[in-house]
Parts: sequence; structure tokens; C-alpha cells
Amino acid sequence: MTPTGTDDGAVRTYYGRPVLKAPVWKWPIPVYFFTGGLAGASASLALAARLNGDEALARRALGVAALAAAASPPLLIADLGRPERFLNMLRVAKPTSPMSVGTWVVSAFVPTAVGAAACERTGRLHRVGRVLGAVAGALGPVMCTYTGVLLADTAVPAWHEAHRELPFVFAGSAMASAGAAAVALSPVDGADVAIARRLLAAGVVVEGTASQVMERAHPDACAPYRGTGRAAVLARTARALTVTGTAVALTVGRRRRPAAAAGGALVLVGALCDRLCVSAAGVESARDPRATIGPQRRRLTRTG
Amino acid sequence: MIAGDRPPQGDPATDAGWATDQPRLGFFTDTSLCIGCKACEVACKEWNGVPDDGFDFSGTSYDNTGALGADTWRHVTFTEKLVPTPAGDEVRWLMSSDVCKHCTDAACLDVCPTGALFRTEHGTVVVQDDVCNGCGYCVPACPFGVIDQRRGDGRVWKCTLCYDRIGVGMTPACAQACPTESIQFGRLDHLRAAADGRATALRAGGAPDARLYGADATDGVGGMGAFFLLLDDPETYGLPPDPVVTTRDLASMWRTAGAAAVAVVATVAGAVLTGRR
Repeated sequence: MTPTGTDDGAVRTYYGRPVLKAPVWKWPIPVYFFTGGLAGASASLALAARLNGDEALARRALGVAALAAAASPPLLIADLGRPERFLNMLRVAKPTSPMSVGTWVVSAFVPTAVGAAACERTGRLHRVGRVLGAVAGALGPVMCTYTGVLLADTAVPAWHEAHRELPFVFAGSAMASAGAAAVALSPVDGADVAIARRLLAAGVVVEGTASQVMERAHPDACAPYRGTGRAAVLARTARALTVTGTAVALTVGRRRRPAAAAGGALVLVGALCDRLCVSAAGVESARDPRATIGPQRRRLTRTG
Repeated sequence: MIAGDRPPQGDPATDAGWATDQPRLGFFTDTSLCIGCKACEVACKEWNGVPDDGFDFSGTSYDNTGALGADTWRHVTFTEKLVPTPAGDEVRWLMSSDVCKHCTDAACLDVCPTGALFRTEHGTVVVQDDVCNGCGYCVPACPFGVIDQRRGDGRVWKCTLCYDRIGVGMTPACAQACPTESIQFGRLDHLRAAADGRATALRAGGAPDARLYGADATDGVGGMGAFFLLLDDPETYGLPPDPVVTTRDLASMWRTAGAAAVAVVATVAGAVLTGRR
């Protein structure tokens, strides 16, 4: 357990025991943050491409959105302590609970994204499919960002203190994922692959900038991202994968299809590591009583 | 109760929609009277059928319970504080029976997506075990680390303030068993008044560090339905010194997410339109 920042040794604890309970979410939840973000940003990309007349890109992005969307509910249900009670999520709609809000957004997004792709692939119900695709595309940005609020709306310092940055971190990562998936699936000389490359690059810049701002604005709360813990290792891994993948996709990947596919895949794995990293940081943060007590004690000292 | 007639300790039951004139009920745990007997821990386990929480040797004074959790709804802390005296250091015992705070602004209840956590007519916060689906959101939301998921069961559990007992006019098991009246149960307004007097008397009587914890309706959780008299800083007892209900910032968080969502729309649109001839 590493002491944080300036509170080193000065913070009193009860035998070093955590004040908070660590989040109980297992790997399906951060993996869902990845699939949900990928699906959301891909659905929005599909809608924008379609409106612009880039039908091939729209079709590919919608396919990615549908697959990632279809993978999401099983992940969310699998992590419940009582999976057979998952429908209890739909017995209330609570604006004070980001998970309740998210449940309703997911419940609207997944069927529309999957339905839109199904209509397109089967060639049936063309107009219904277009409407569904538009709804999914409109919900996409919410899918990319609400998960940042979900984590921030807890007592965990690494998550709560970063509540102004986390939605941007997740939004950037989601856009990078959607761009990467589209780059990996597109012919390198296609007219519309440049759109996917731009989205990939912009997403990486947004995610990287937001992460930097977050860690600088909250050095104590974000301590788990540094050092040698699980979150720090995942952070470095995510960064290395994202930077390498982006470089490959935007250089060699412009000429060679295998390089584009490899670069895109690296960015996708990087985005997955990024979500696992933020999750791990929350667990480490909650387990560190100094991270909880230190800022509170300073707040009391400041206000007298 | 009419608007503008809110009692100083808060009236969360009415806020939650109960048409009741029942007083808010709660605990006052006066740690200056605690002798560390753990009768409260045992009584709680027995009455509520709470499973064992492990039999580990902690090496931390007489506390092998460790912390509140799914299987520990009362937890007696033991701190052996060294106090310098002319005859050398002496041990000063600090014992405290910790419990769910039944916050006025309860984060666990706010974030619960199924409505399993609810506000009772007594102003307390209770999990409905037949509704909870084990999503786990309340666990990191609680600023005190009270509620947790039970292994092998999947649902979350915590103190109910003996909802079954107080509903028929009985005293919660822990308070009933407490031999020193360190744990007091009753109307929160009466308890707060008594606690103020007790803290003042202790400070005048040679315990200058005596202070109330959770008795202030302007604190970060709107005051606690289970509050404490402490003889040292809260963190000495494993309590957060300035807990804040996370949902206090929720509006700001949604605004940020909205800005991020707009950024997604702008970026996707920009990516599509930039290369347009």
C-alpha cells in the first residue's frame, strides 16, 4: 500500500485499514466499458458516414457497432451477483443512479444497433433499418461517455476526483476504438478510410490529453496510475499499444492492408487495457486509506 | 409535516414520499461509555442471522472483526493510544462500536439501480434482499465502506437498524444488548439534544477532544441517522473525517458527460467532413 503525495506518514489511519470498500466489479465490467464505447462511437460513425454518402464505411462501422453492442448485455449480466435478477434493473428509472440511466440507454441502444445492422445485412425493412441506425447513432455519444459518470459517482478518490476528466478519457478511447476498427476493416485505398484514420487520430489525442489533464489535476487521487501497481502497468501497456498501433495504422497501414489491420488491432487492445487500467486504479485507490483520508483532512484544515 | 417545518436533523422519510408523521429514528453511539465487550456484534449476528465473517487473527489490539461489511453490521474498534505521562507512556483505550450511518443523503440509496435500497418510514436505509440483484454499485458509493457484497450469495447486506424490531416498537438488538448504554436508540431529535449535553459535559469534565461525529445536518451527508460521540479524530476510529455523498456532484458530472458527448459528435462530424471536396 503506497502512501500518497504529501500525506506521506502524516495521515492517521485505523491500523492501515481501508476506509472504503473496494469495487466488487470483475473483468466483465471494464470489458463492457470497452465494448460499449466501441459500439457507441461506431454507431455514430456509421450514421455520420451514411449522411455523408460513404455507404461502405457506414456499413462496416454499423457491423462493428452491432457486434460490440450484442456482446455488451451478456457482460453486464454476467457480473451481477444474481444474474437471474437482471430484469430488476428495469423496475425503476432513477436519474440519481448513473447505472439506472445507463441501463435504459443500453436497453435502447443495443436493439437498435443490432436491428439496424440486421436490416442492412438481410436487405429487409430498409427504411426501418435506417431509422434504427439513426437512433443508435444518436445514442452513441451517450454510450461513450455515461460510463465515466458511472465510475465518478462513487466515493473512490481516483474516480470521483476525476469526474471532470473521466468522460473525456472514455470518449476519446471510444472514438479511437471505432476509428481503429474501421481502419482495420477497410481497404487501404478506399475513398472513406481516411475518415476512419482521422477519427482514430482524433480519439487518441482526446484520450491522451484528457488522461494527462486528469493525472496532473489530481496527483494524489491518481497515484495508482504511477509506480508499479497493476493500474500503472496497465496504463503503460495501454499507452504503448495505442501509440504503436496508431503509428503503424497511419504510416505503413496507409499502403498495406495487413499493417492497417495490425495497427487497428493494437489500438483496440490498447483501449481495452485503458478501461482495465481505470478499473484497477479505482480498486487500488479504494484500498488506500490515505487516499481517502488525506484530501478530507486537508479540506477540513483549509476551511478550519 | 408541512414545508418549512423541517426538523434540524432532517426528515428523509418525508422527502422520500412517506406520508408519515413518525419521528426519525436512529442510533447515538457514545464511545466514551464503550467497554469493548462486543455484545452488540453478537446480538446483531444472532438477531439478524448474519453469517460468520471469518475467524482471522488480526494482531490489531482486540479487534479480530476488522471492518464493517456484508457479514458485519456492528464492529467494535480498539485503539491502544500511547499517552505520555510523568510516569512514562500509558495506554489509553479508545473503543467504538461502528455501524451503518443511515445517512440523510445516502449515496448507496441514490445509486441503487433496482430500488432494492430504500428509505423506510423511520428515515433509515434498508436493502430489500428479494430485490437486490448484486450489481455492486452501492459498494464503492458508500463513503464509509459499510455496505458490501456477500460471497456465495451475490447480494449486498448491511445494518437494517433492525427494521423488523423497531417497526413493532422494540429496540434494535445491539442497543438492547449494550450493557453500558454506549449504544442508544430512539428519536433522532431527542438523541441529538442529549448528545450535545453529553459532549459539553465531557469537554468541561476533562475530555477536551470529545466531539460529535455525524450530528451536523450541514455535513457532506446531510447528517447521519446513526451518529457518534468520539474522543479523538474520526480517522483514529477508521471513520472518514469529512465524508461527502458522491451524488452531490452528480449534476456537474452529467454536464461534463454532456460536453464529452458533444465532443464526440463534433469529432465524428469533423472526421467525416474534413476531407470533403
